[in-house]
Amino acid sequence: MPRDTALEVARSVNAGERSALELTRSALERIAERDGEIGAYLTLTGDLARAAAERVDAAVRGGATFPLAGVGLAIKDNMCVTTTRTTCASKILDGWIAPYTATAVQRLLDAGAIPLGKTNLDEFAMGSSCENSALGKTVNPWDRRRVPGGSSGGSVAAVAAGEATIALGSDTGGSIREPAAFCNVVGFKPTYGRVSRYGLIAFASSLDQIGPITTTVADAALVYDLMAGRDPMDATTVDRAVEPALPGLREDLRGVRIGIVREFGLEKLEPEVRAVYERAYADLEKLGAELVEVALPTADYGIATYYLIAPAECSSNLARFDGMRYGLRVEGADVGSTYEQTRAAGFGDEVKRRILIGTYALSSGYYDAYYVRAQKARTLIAADFARAFAACDAIACPAAASPAFEFAAKADPVSMYLMDYYTIPMSLAGVPSLSVPCGYATPEGSELPMPLGLELSGPLFAERSLLGIAHAYERATLHARARQIPEIVATAGAK
Amino acid sequence: MASGDIDVAYVAKLARIALTPAEIEKFGAQLGALLEHVDALAALPVADVAATAQVIAQSNVMRSDTPVPSLDRETVLRGAPQREGAYFRVPRIIGEVT
Repeated sequence: MPRDTALEVARSVNAGERSALELTRSALERIAERDGEIGAYLTLTGDLARAAAERVDAAVRGGATFPLAGVGLAIKDNMCVTTTRTTCASKILDGWIAPYTATAVQRLLDAGAIPLGKTNLDEFAMGSSCENSALGKTVNPWDRRRVPGGSSGGSVAAVAAGEATIALGSDTGGSIREPAAFCNVVGFKPTYGRVSRYGLIAFASSLDQIGPITTTVADAALVYDLMAGRDPMDATTVDRAVEPALPGLREDLRGVRIGIVREFGLEKLEPEVRAVYERAYADLEKLGAELVEVALPTADYGIATYYLIAPAECSSNLARFDGMRYGLRVEGADVGSTYEQTRAAGFGDEVKRRILIGTYALSSGYYDAYYVRAQKARTLIAADFARAFAACDAIACPAAASPAFEFAAKADPVSMYLMDYYTIPMSLAGVPSLSVPCGYATPEGSELPMPLGLELSGPLFAERSLLGIAHAYERATLHARARQIPEIVATAGAK
Repeated sequence: MASGDIDVAYVAKLARIALTPAEIEKFGAQLGALLEHVDALAALPVADVAATAQVIAQSNVMRSDTPVPSLDRETVLRGAPQREGAYFRVPRIIGEVT
């Protein structure tokens, strides 16, 4: 059964054909039926959801309309929602109740969205599989033996399994795009500075960005348009008019130049995966796009650069979790050992690793050799993108080198870090980037085809153009809608 | 930059995280492997390149110095691990930091 998009849900609620409360009740019922197997949510907010739905229904009866009237929203649990448990999937914040609401979330609630719950993630958004959560396990709805991707694994699984119409994720090095690819949904990271980070618990402040996870590009444009723009509470939001993306959706790609990155040659990929991307590039051309080769000579340095800059910022941001003002406290013999014991008990291994590497990279004697060198490499990477976008309107490449992998398949941290090879360079350059479903490949030793995502990236602030291009591709190929998730869920994992 | 010689115990002290000897060994090996990977950056010619702290050309952002409501004290204190009346209760700090 095709699922309703956010645009369809809002239209029908605004027209009085359906009530937000009825839709909310059935969404909560569906979560109750499904989520025991999927594990997308850490906290359900049924009372908030019903109250929000009643407010929307009353206002609609009074003649009001809302762009997201009655649309069920899942929120990654590193975003604050007032009066609600907000954990970052970490023991150090388990049980903490947020005293305020993130701007991006508030803007969607003001637009009539219904907050269904808070979703699982890799602890503090550090990971690419959702396996680093200290509070729950999320599976891939397409094959429960496989990870949903990360770090926004819960948000992506919720949308993929029909447990939410839209979701919010956060992307620091690929945390929206890689899981969206793994679960066959659309995941969009806007330009750095476009969406307020107020109320997003910080991981790496120069990279973190909130973005929509949806079943269609049009829904991603709708949600982006509502969230984007300056926020006085986040000084890094840019004071520059937002060009609405929804009216810019297009149906063909005539006159569009798509850059194919020389360094991202498809010959590195498994044959079946490679064939999917070759067909995706050919489909772009069939729609009228001109394919041009572009070079990102420093892209291969992306992971090395990222794994100095992001941990450095993380080690600084996470210093605030010291057991004094919120969260866990483990009493030690003195204040120093209280800090050390609290953080030892509260953080998981991956968070500890990143704090340690960041502390090292910033420490006396190593700062210039590691941190400053990485910041300079970042300049070169951003300059590569600027040069590439002089020759094309968007860059197309795989969102990940493979479909979703099995649990525990990437036990070695560096092999997990390599999962973000295609997403990290865009994060370092700050450019808008998204993953749109582009086909399926069957992993070796499996019988279940798994989804793949095409990553499309545009110049800084070119959200409207980028979403327009993605919409044309999606409309012509319909990979996401060709195979509906509920049927897959019924067969997958039954082993 | 020689990899694998990271003094994990010292870095953990700086980072205020208590580690067991087994963790020091495990993290030492893992961080050594990562440092080997990032050492590739040494090949990039960056001598004359400016460092990027953030990619959007934002300069200082100012606002008028007008008081606005802040978070409710009681709500915030409810999240404290320990409180005493209107205050956070914290361990003694004077003379005890090593």
